[in-house]
Amino acid sequence: MFYGNKKDGVQNMDDIMIKTDKVTYEYKSNIDDSVQTAVKDLSIEVKKGEFLVILGHNGSGKSTLAKMMNGLLLPTRGEVYVSGMNTKDEDKIWDIRSKAGMVFQNPDNQIVATIVEEDVAFGPENLGVPPKEIRKRVDEALSTVEMLEYKHHAPYLLSGGQKQRVAIAGILSMNPECIIFDEPTAMLDPNGRKEVMGTIKKLNKDEGKTIVLITHYMDEAVKADRILVMSDGEIALEGTPKEIFRQVEKVKELGLDVPQVTELAYELRKEGIDIRNDVLSIEELVDLLC
Amino acid sequence: MLVKINNLSYIYNPNTPFEKKALDNINLQIDEGDFIGLIGHTGSGKSTLVQHLNGIMKSTSGSIIVDGINIYDKDANLREIRQKVGLVFQYPEHQLFEETVYKDIAFGPKNLGLKDEELKQRVKSSMELVGLDYDTLKDRSPFELSGGQKRRVAIAGVIAMKPKLLILDEPTAGLDPSGRDEILDEIRKLYLKEGITIILVSHSMEDVAKLSNRILVMHEGKIIINDETREVFKKASELEEIGLGIPQITSFMREFKSKGNDVRDDILTVEEAKEEILKYLRRNKNA
Repeated sequence: MFYGNKKDGVQNMDDIMIKTDKVTYEYKSNIDDSVQTAVKDLSIEVKKGEFLVILGHNGSGKSTLAKMMNGLLLPTRGEVYVSGMNTKDEDKIWDIRSKAGMVFQNPDNQIVATIVEEDVAFGPENLGVPPKEIRKRVDEALSTVEMLEYKHHAPYLLSGGQKQRVAIAGILSMNPECIIFDEPTAMLDPNGRKEVMGTIKKLNKDEGKTIVLITHYMDEAVKADRILVMSDGEIALEGTPKEIFRQVEKVKELGLDVPQVTELAYELRKEGIDIRNDVLSIEELVDLLC
Repeated sequence: MLVKINNLSYIYNPNTPFEKKALDNINLQIDEGDFIGLIGHTGSGKSTLVQHLNGIMKSTSGSIIVDGINIYDKDANLREIRQKVGLVFQYPEHQLFEETVYKDIAFGPKNLGLKDEELKQRVKSSMELVGLDYDTLKDRSPFELSGGQKRRVAIAGVIAMKPKLLILDEPTAGLDPSGRDEILDEIRKLYLKEGITIILVSHSMEDVAKLSNRILVMHEGKIIINDETREVFKKASELEEIGLGIPQITSFMREFKSKGNDVRDDILTVEEAKEEILKYLRRNKNA
């Protein structure tokens, strides 16, 4: 069992964006009223500025964990801290949600206004931000996601990738330090996925936002600083993309997949070809075989 | 020949400022035994096209002939067309409505006039085809099942109509990798064992590369490529230009070849790539 990333030794609390302390989430089954456990006694830390990916099969508890990370769900047992604030503290819940924003799978469910810029202004308006400041934040947020030229458009006329970027801008306008993405590309076409992944990487590298990304796409996971693989509400694997995907059999056992080039390298090794087992990209494998 | 489409066009909001050609003069023939991958970015016309194939949408102009019947004929029996052409929509689990799995799957065949033992057998075999256990699941509410199971119930409901052509619109969206592989395996089985002609609409180049023998590429309401799968993925730059791509493994082989290595560059799966690379390495060793 892993308890966060302890490679750096003792950490300063100030470096921690999100911390879960022995968190359990239980709910009543709607089949037979039995108590089901979605997340079991889980302790993890998300460091400030980190790009963390959470993988796991459907029903492994990853969305439940994500929803606990900004107080949308409260743990049955244990504590969740966002920037040191306990999500159970009702007085802090709005601070917590503006520190840690969340973007979901379906962009259509997240857009509330009929004009792009009004949608992006919705969050800061509710936080009581002065109008001048709202104007500034909306323009900045839209320009970060490269949607400024669409600010007077109606969201329903946009493509999936564009809508999802507007949804991201709606979170950015609240000035969060951390954004949690729950399968943000699941409903998008290849182009839309590329746009949204480009935006997420930019938010992490250029804007210094802490990113938690839940995904079923392994090619997105290879971009992470660190990966957590969940299974049955617990952490089954933890490590860098290379450390995770070299365990091809284990990853498949957990209902997941590895990138095609990783699988090819693995298959070649099995045939006795002397090749590294932690290949993640086309370029790496080409270099190794040339 | 199962389906023949001639000069099919569909225009949204005709004669208004919002006029949009969703289908632009489509000509297409689908033969029995085809496994077609239909790709294109969102808004390219894929869903509009497949909804024309069983008469849910009616074209602005052009004709569609399904199994010898012109579906726009005055006397054409659309019920018969919809039995022949089964359409599984995106997120089909949202369309489940009955109290039990059995009733939901039986709904279509019952309307066809099936009764008693015949109906039961139809439901049972449809469930088995999609990997659902009849005895443990038939009396359960479909709403209590997991996402992947719900989707299977919805697919079983369409298969229970015994369609000749089965169209699946992004059947794996939102599923995890193992759930995706299971559904794709079941589709492959329907194709191989039941001999159903398949159209698979997908955003995953890896999936269509693995399964289909022919690919249609749609762009701005037109079919711009209609060819064998292996030929289609040779056109990497053409596909990238319209926001699509090729499987990672195909991309790798092309890259490897471009470095001066004499290998095939029309590889579609990891298995094929492995064979080809091994052959190449052994050839070099012996040289």
